[in-house]
Order: sequence, then structure tokens, then C-alpha cells
Amino acid sequence: MNFVNFHVETDSDGIALLTWDMPGRSMNVITPEVIGEIEAVVDHVAAEASIKGCVITSGKDNFSGGADLSMLQSVAAEYQKARQEKGEEEATKLFFERARRLSQVYRMLETCGKPFAIAINGTCVGGAFELALACHYRVISDDDKARVGLPEIKVGLFPGAGGTQRIARLMQTGDALQMLFKGEQIRPKAAKAMNLVHEIAPAGEIVAKAKTWITAGGKGVAPWDEKSFKLPSGKVFSAQGMMVWPAANAIYRRETHDNYPAAKAILHSVYEGLQLPFDLALRVESRWFAKILRSPEAAAMIRTLFLSMGELNKGARRPAHVPATAIKQVGILGAGFMGAGIAYVTASAGMDVVLIDQDQAAADKGKEICNKLISGQVLKGRATGADKEALLARIKPTADYTGLAGAGLVIEAVFEDRAVKAAVTQKAREVLQPGTIFASNTSTLPITSLAQTYGEPENFIGIHFFSPVEKMLLVEVILGEKTGDRALATALDYVRAIKKTPIVVHDSRGFYANRCVGNYIREGHIMLLAGVPPAMIENVAKMAGMPVGPLALNDEVALDLALKIIEAAKRDLGPAAIDPTQENLLKTMVVEHGRYGRKNSKGFYDYPAQGTKTLWPGLDAFQSTKLDPDKIDIAELKQRFLVTQAVEAARVIEEGVVTDPREADVGSIIGFGFAPFSGGTLSYIDGMGVANFVALCEQLRQKFGDRFAPPKILIDMAKADETFYGRFAERMKRVA
Amino acid sequence: MLHSLRSNMNQDREDKVPEAFIYDHVRTPRGRGKPDGALHEVSTLGLATTVLRAIKERGDLDTHLVDDIVLGCVDPVGEAGGDIARAAALTADYGNHVPGVQINRFCASGLDAINFAAAQIMAGQHSLTVGGGVESMSRVGIGASGGAWPVDPAIAIKSYFMPQGVSADLIATKYGFSRDDVDQYAVSSQQRAAKAWSEDRFKNSIVPVRDINGITLLDRDEHMRPSTDMQSLAALKPSFTMMGEQGGFDAVAVDAHPEVEKVLHIHHAGNSSGIVDGAAAVLIGSAEAGRAMARKPRGKIRAFANIGSEPAMMLTGPVDVTKKVLARAGMTLDDIDLFEVNEAFASVVLRFAQAFDLDMTRLNVNGGAIAMGHPLGATGAMLLGTALDELERLGKATALITLCIGAGMGTATIIERV
Ligand SMILES: CC(C)(COP(=O)(O)OP(=O)(O)OC[C@H]1O[C@@H](n2cnc3c(N)ncnc32)[C@H](O)[C@@H]1OP(=O)(O)O)[C@@H](O)C(=O)NCCC(=O)NCCS
Repeated sequence: MNFVNFHVETDSDGIALLTWDMPGRSMNVITPEVIGEIEAVVDHVAAEASIKGCVITSGKDNFSGGADLSMLQSVAAEYQKARQEKGEEEATKLFFERARRLSQVYRMLETCGKPFAIAINGTCVGGAFELALACHYRVISDDDKARVGLPEIKVGLFPGAGGTQRIARLMQTGDALQMLFKGEQIRPKAAKAMNLVHEIAPAGEIVAKAKTWITAGGKGVAPWDEKSFKLPSGKVFSAQGMMVWPAANAIYRRETHDNYPAAKAILHSVYEGLQLPFDLALRVESRWFAKILRSPEAAAMIRTLFLSMGELNKGARRPAHVPATAIKQVGILGAGFMGAGIAYVTASAGMDVVLIDQDQAAADKGKEICNKLISGQVLKGRATGADKEALLARIKPTADYTGLAGAGLVIEAVFEDRAVKAAVTQKAREVLQPGTIFASNTSTLPITSLAQTYGEPENFIGIHFFSPVEKMLLVEVILGEKTGDRALATALDYVRAIKKTPIVVHDSRGFYANRCVGNYIREGHIMLLAGVPPAMIENVAKMAGMPVGPLALNDEVALDLALKIIEAAKRDLGPAAIDPTQENLLKTMVVEHGRYGRKNSKGFYDYPAQGTKTLWPGLDAFQSTKLDPDKIDIAELKQRFLVTQAVEAARVIEEGVVTDPREADVGSIIGFGFAPFSGGTLSYIDGMGVANFVALCEQLRQKFGDRFAPPKILIDMAKADETFYGRFAERMKRVA
Repeated sequence: MLHSLRSNMNQDREDKVPEAFIYDHVRTPRGRGKPDGALHEVSTLGLATTVLRAIKERGDLDTHLVDDIVLGCVDPVGEAGGDIARAAALTADYGNHVPGVQINRFCASGLDAINFAAAQIMAGQHSLTVGGGVESMSRVGIGASGGAWPVDPAIAIKSYFMPQGVSADLIATKYGFSRDDVDQYAVSSQQRAAKAWSEDRFKNSIVPVRDINGITLLDRDEHMRPSTDMQSLAALKPSFTMMGEQGGFDAVAVDAHPEVEKVLHIHHAGNSSGIVDGAAAVLIGSAEAGRAMARKPRGKIRAFANIGSEPAMMLTGPVDVTKKVLARAGMTLDDIDLFEVNEAFASVVLRFAQAFDLDMTRLNVNGGAIAMGHPLGATGAMLLGTALDELERLGKATALITLCIGAGMGTATIIERV
């Protein structure tokens, strides 16, 4: 048998070894060709009397990453074409047949009569793990990188090749739903405990173990095809089922606010499937899969969270002509919370860190923060004692600037004050080699002006981290007017090394993320003053898809900081640039009531020493009128929260602050949690259509004010019937 | 021309709509819905038979006149399944010719059964019917019949499904009733029920449940705790906190009513309706049927209505349906002498009173399900009888009976003495 993506060898025991090894790819993925070849193998194994059974393994470091998500976009395009040519139902029928092909091939494998075992090395996720689940025996390597899982949910899909049905027949329904909802990657031991694999073996022995299972008489019959099979949680309509399903439906809403059709499809698929014979259950799963594959949420999430994010991580915006930089040592100025967080992620990535502060004690404090962070990881079993020691050994706290001499990159993270920043920059300048790239982690001050204090503006750049640094995945890399390509390349290489995702932003007040976030928080303030019940503001924001309500977020950021930013804007840009009612609200909170936010346990919320935060009853005083909650248009509140951010993102694009829609989208989701199901701020606009978005902005503008005014770029795009991804397609190609 | 002809015909028909008169009402006492309850040994069929037989025997009813029996039952499975009404018609010796049908609209089933039975009369298709209901919660169990609503994601998610108790807590939180408010109400329910019993106000309706030898098993509502006071209630732990927090239902409540910061769980065993066993039946007929029986009606069904209400709060249907039925009847709140609002949970009644700014002197004057229990399928029929007895005792004319219902519905009936 001759295949492109596999090779087959049958040994003297009559066991076929199918090795998956796609040419020209570092990772095996499932493509239509792969599906065809698996089908041919199954036919061959079933037909050939001399073959007793088959072991599937991978010829690469990893088993497989699952379906090739990049092909899904063309599938959608084909569907649209078929719809025009053949009509809706016919096109959908074809699409359904196509979407279930993988599931059918796996079922053929499972029921062909011969035993299939799989030997899993490295990562085996998504459609590849569904292949494993269809095999009758699963051996996994005990190596450190071995993982199984069904992460489809993270890109708006769900396991549609038998995954929901087989998982729900391998474990208790509650556990199955949790696994499918979370989409986590699971290590071998946990996988064994969950019944997901049968055996763990050293990497070199997995194929042998799989073969042994077959030669020892392993049967080619799945448990659910045995007459004696019983569902692990019994029937859906049973006392046990009543313990599971009502809560599962409720928890779905709690976790998603009903914004994620793929998660709901998991519930449907399992609920309906558990009441049907297995083959019919697979067909129903496929029906849901075909529906979800065509959902706008899946398209948006795949594009932003898989494709665009991958492209940005691989350096889509990196100037190609600059040779790769390999930074060994990073200098960090300022050992406060930010500086320490940066030191921690830098050292975690294997780089040496010189952590500098005014005096030794202050610098030591910064290292102590790193110690706490890594110790927490050890406690959670995510790192070992050796990891901790190695990491801490890489961080040298000191007050002595001469320690910076060997740094390939210096990051300044001191107090947001021009004079303080200028002083440390100059001090560093004195000891640094000419040409050293210097980055400021400012969130409010223009990079171009800070660059002047460094003397080499072409080597000066902004690297804007978000707090808490160890958790937040986004980094804004900010270009000053004179920032050169080498500085940009160095910054991007560094961000890649610390495993974060960069977006490249041009210098402007608030850069990108904070402008959107600022609008979001302001909308919450305005609603509060207009008499919307405070809890409704917070809850509806979450229902709109945001991770935290605007008032809670403001408390995290600190109210005095928000006030300072507004006052600075007023000073620099004039009173028309700010909303005086918002200024007044914050002033009253901060000055009159001493409420600074989470940091002093008093903000829009009260933070008791024990228990959960609760909204401050004193907010009542800001509401001279109170709106009747039953008469408030919830859908409109949701729109206000998302539109105020999206329209700001459009302005940011118009001003050339962000130049690539992928960066705006990726940045909005991983930076500030903008409704992930939408695909990000610009996908939100594209998704509803620019003309519809402009109409919505106009409608909100008339009701709530000019902050909703659509910028010219949107009006032009609406006229020309453009989308962001259409308009900037050329640019995205050029830089990719 | 055609149009006016048709409206004339309608006019004609309206003039001739037969009235549905109430000729009798009986109920069993309510037994604690646990294995140690006095009615636990009595089957669902036995309970239904008891009340049908009482209707037949106390009025020396000629069952040849009976056209149909409609019984409400909320968990019609197992011994309560199939068609319990037909089975009971036979065991109560109504004769082979009397059919029966069982209906289910959750907690209002007993009242809906009466409305259905009355509608058959009003439609002119039947002359004499029995409406009522039965539930042995101790034997069959609440929720035993399953159903798509809490379970199937297609409806559970869309309708913001929560257990009733969480919805009751949501109502209290949303409309501002404190733990003290609901406990106070529960104490008064107990006191009113105790007083009603001590003055024998239910004597015209209660039929004791007896064993096969005629030995009395229960002749008095068993769930009552007349000594209940604020202090004894304060000791009780809220019943729905775990469910709300860990089952995810609090979050569902907040999604449906986002002005609520956090659901405050204040309902417990002492201010929720008791789980009990029991049955009730009402004899309804046309004026002619009354003449045929040579009996005078005690009252009539003046109007009834059903409505769907906001499904997350679920239990506010009585407010919506009361507006609807009053409008249908061309009446106002002032035209109603007594209100019976099922005490599924204290907050349901408090919300009803709040929405209509009603003082408690006309509302649930003899206590309710918090004190005496809520045998799901039977309660509606019990409440109608309680109202009728009380109207007669006080010499008053009109009463409105209403119940909240799972999945967000309301049923209401207005009766009038004749
Ligand atoms: C609220 C509910 C869950 C309580 O059920 P439960 O815990 O089985 O209730 P119990 O009758 O066993 O009472 C629990 C405790 O409260 C005590 N209690 C009940 N009523 C009391 C009162 N009035 N005063 C003092 N104590 C009281 C009981 O003595 C018991 O105490 P114990 O645990 O020490 O024995 C249950 O009654 C219920 O679900 N009711 C609503 C039914 C329903 O939903 N109907 C449909 C409406 S739409």
C-alpha cells in the first residue's frame, strides 16, 4: 500500500504498523487526504486475511494537533458557493455529509472487526484524539510532553468526530461534560485515571505494548458495541440523570451567558446521543457539528484565536531583514510589582535578569515577589523545586547600574513619572554599550518623548505589559517616531521568547488596549449616573461577553489612577476631551470618600477581609433618578459596552495607531477580554456588517451622545461595502 | 352582511352560554409526605377513590348523570400513571359509563381540572362533571415524572430553568422581601390554619381517609405546626443555597434579572409549602343537572383564565393571571371578597399582595400550604373549596383562587355564591 501521509508495514505476527508522518510538515494534521488514506488503511486491514490487527503511531515528535483549522475557511466559502448554485437545503446536505466524513471513517475503523491499537507520543489532541478514542486500545508514552485532549471548544468548535459520544460513554456524564467544556490538555497519569487511555509506557515501548495487546488477543470491539454495555451514569431520564442535567444546563449559562453555541452543542449532542443507539448518536452529533461549523462564532474564533494569533506569535510583524536576536541577559529597572513580574517571566524563559532598584532592599523585595510566584507554581504542581532554584538563580537583584553592562535588552518599569524615568534612563545610558535596545514599560507616557532621554531614539521602544504580568498574554510593542527596525525585531523576539503575544502599536495616548478599556469603564460610569442599577451594569457587561464588569475593573485599576488619567487628558487636550460627569464621579469617590479601589478595599465595591466583594451601598447617592430595571433594554446595554470599545478600535485603525486588523482583534481578546465569541473588536464590526455597525453607532449617538459617533473610516467602508479584513487584506499579506 | 350575520350568531351563542355551578366540594386531610406520614400507606388511587366516593355518597349522587371526571396529577407515573381518573371512577363505583381524564399543569392542575370540567359544561357538551386532583408525594415523589423542561438543553437553557425554591428566593431578592418578612408570613399562615381548624372551618369539606376496615387513618391536616414562631423559624437553614450556588442556578437567576447582585436564599422548610399527600374533588354541573339532582348549587364558576409568565421568576404568574381574569370577568380587585393564593413559597404570596397593594385581611384567611401542605395536583381544588366554605361562613359573595406554576404560568378562577 502506498500513501502520501502514512506508511504501513506488516510484521511477521500479522500486525500492521501504520505510521503517520506527513511530508513537509512539522506536525501531523487531519486533511481530506489524510481522511481518505485512513479509510483506505481500514479497508485494507479489514480485507487482508493475513493482517490480525493494526497499530497506529506517529513518525513525528508529536502524535498530531488534530484537524487542519486553516482549511475550514475554504470549506465555508465552498458552502456559500454551493448554496448559490444548488439552493440552501441541498448545499447544507452536502456540507453535512462532508462534515461527518471523519466521524464515519472513525466508526468504520472501530467496527471493521479487526483490533486497532494506538501508540500516542507527545501531543494528541482534537480530531487526532478522536481517532485514538475510536481505536480499541490506547497506549500513551510517559514522556513529559505527552498530552491528550479535546480543545476544540477554545476555538468555537466541539469534538464532532465521535468525541462527545465516546467521552460520554467512557466516564460519568458530569465528568464528560466538564472535560468537553474545558478543553484542557491532559497528562498521561490523569488520562489513565479518567479512562481515556489504557496504558502508560516509556516512549520507546509504546508501539511494542500496543502490538502486545493485539497479539494477546485484544478484541476489535468497542465497549459500547458490547451487548452488556451500560452507560456510566445510567439513563438520562433517571434519578441519576436528574442530578446531572439541570445543573449542567445552569452551569453552561453561568460559564458562557449563552454566548457560545459550540458549548451548547456539546450539551445537546451528549443529551440526545445518550438516548440513542451509538450509530444514530454519531449522526446526531454530526448534525450539531455541521451547524456549529457554519456558525459565525466558530469562524471568528478560529480566525482570531488560532490563525491570527499563530501568525503574530510567529513574527508576522517582525522586520524580516533583521537577523534573529538571541538575548541572554535582560536588565530591568524598577523592582516594583511590574518590574518583578517582568523579571519573573523573563527568567522563566531562561534569560538572566539584572533587577535594579534604588537600593538593595528594594531590589531584593522584587526578587521576593518572583520567589512567591514560582513557589505558588510548585505548590500547584506546575513546576518542580529544581525549576524554582534555577529560576531564582537567574535573577540578580542589585542597586548597582554597572551590572547592566552585559544586557542585550533593558526594560524600564519605574513609576509613571517623567523625571523619575528620565533619571533612570540616563543612569543606564552611562553604563550601556552603544546600540543596546532600551524599552520602557510605560502605559501613559508617549514613547517618542521618552526616547529623547536615551540619546539613541532609534534604539528606544515601548514594551507595554499588562498586570499581572505573569498571567496576561498580551504585550503592546510601541513604536516611537524614530524607533528603528532592530529595536522592533529585538522587542518582538523577546516577547516571543517569553511566550507572550505581541501587537505593534504606534505611539499615541493610551496606545490601543487602554483606550478601549477606558471607554468601557466610562460607559459603566455613565450608566451608573443615569440610574441603571449598579448590579445590572456589572452583570450585563458580563452577559455581553466581558470577563469583569466595568466598575469592578475600575476598582482593579484603581480609581485614583483613573482620575489622574482623566485629569492629565484634561490638562493636555482641554476640557472638551473628557466627560465632566465622569471626572466628578471619580473625584467624589476618591477625594470625598477616600475610595481608591481594590487597593484600599474600598471602591465601587466593598472588599471585606473575608468573603466576596459586594457593591458599595453608597453608590445610591450618585443616582438621583433610578431606572425601573424591568423597563431597561438589556440588549441595548450590552451593545453599548461592546460598541464603545469597537468604535474606539476603529478610530485606532483610522489614526494608524494599530495597522493590522489581526492585531486589533487578537489584542482585544487576550489583552482585555473583549467578547471572545465575536473574534475581537474589529471582527465584531465585520461580523454585523460595517453598514449595520454605523447605523447602530448613529442610533446610540442620538440617544447617548457623541462618544458613539462613527469615525470617517467606518462611514467610508460602509459606503464601499468593505470589511476590515477585506480592506487590509493586502497589508496583512505584505507583513505576514 | 355576512359579518353582521356572524356577529349576530355570536351574540346569540353568548346569550346562551350555560353556566357552570358548583354543587359540592370535598377534600382529604393532608398527610405528611414522608414514610411516617399517616397517608403513606394509602395509594394514589386510594386517595382519589376516597374523594370521588365522598362526592357520590354525601349527595346520594346518581352517577348516571356524570359525563366526565377530570383529575389533576403532577407526577402521573407508576401507580399514579396511565389515567388515574378512569381508574378511580371505577373503584369509586361510578359505573362503567363514567370516563375520566387526567391532566397536568404542574401546581395548578387541581384548579385547571375544575376549569376544564366547568368548560365542558359551559360549552354545552356535558351536564355534570367532577373536577379535582390527587397527589401522593410520599409515594411517587416530586419530579418523578421527569420531563424535558429541566433536562433538555433545548428548553432548560432557553427558559432559564431553576428549581422552584431558587425562583422563590429570586422573587424575594428582586422585590425586597427579607428573611423576617417571609418568616412573619409563615407564622401567620400557621396561626390562621390553627385557628381555622380550632373553629372547625373546614368541616364541610373534610372527608377522613379510612383503611379497608373503616378505621380512620387521618382526619386532620398533619403538616401543621401551630406553635411556630419567629424564633423557631430563625433556627432553620435556607433550603436552596447549595442548589443555587453549586448547581449554578443563582447565576441563571442573575442572568435573567441582572439588577440582582446576588440571590439571597431565605426560603426553608418553615416558609415553603409542605410536601404532603391528599386529594380533592368538586362537583360541577349545569342548572338542568341541578334540577335533575334536585340540588341547589353552592356557587358558580364566574370566570377563569390561564397565562404564561416570565419563566425565570416562574412563580409570579398569579399576578399576571389575576389581571387577566379580572378583565375577562369585568371586575376589579374591590369586587373580590376573598383571595386564595397558593402558598408555594412565602415570597409568592408577598409579591401578590405587593403587586396589588392588597391587605392581608382578604388573603389566605385560613392559612395555606405553608401550614397545611401542597399536594401538588390536588391543591387547586382544595383552595377552591376552602374559599367557598369561607364565603358561606362569612356570608360573602366572590373569591378569586390562583396558583403559581412551574415553567412560568398562572391559573385563576373566580367563583361566586348563588
Ligand atoms: C423546603 C423543602 C425543601 C423542605 O423540605 P424538608 O427539608 O424535607 O422539610 P422537613 O419537613 O423535613 O423539614 C426540615 C426541618 O425543618 C423543620 N421545620 C419545618 N417546618 C417548621 C416550622 N414551621 N417550625 C419549625 N421547624 C420546622 C422540621 O422539623 C425539620 O427539622 P429536622 O431536620 O430537625 O427534622 C420542601 O418543603 C420543599 O421543597 N417545598 C416546596 C415544594 C415545592 O416546590 N412545591 C412546588 C411549589 S411550585
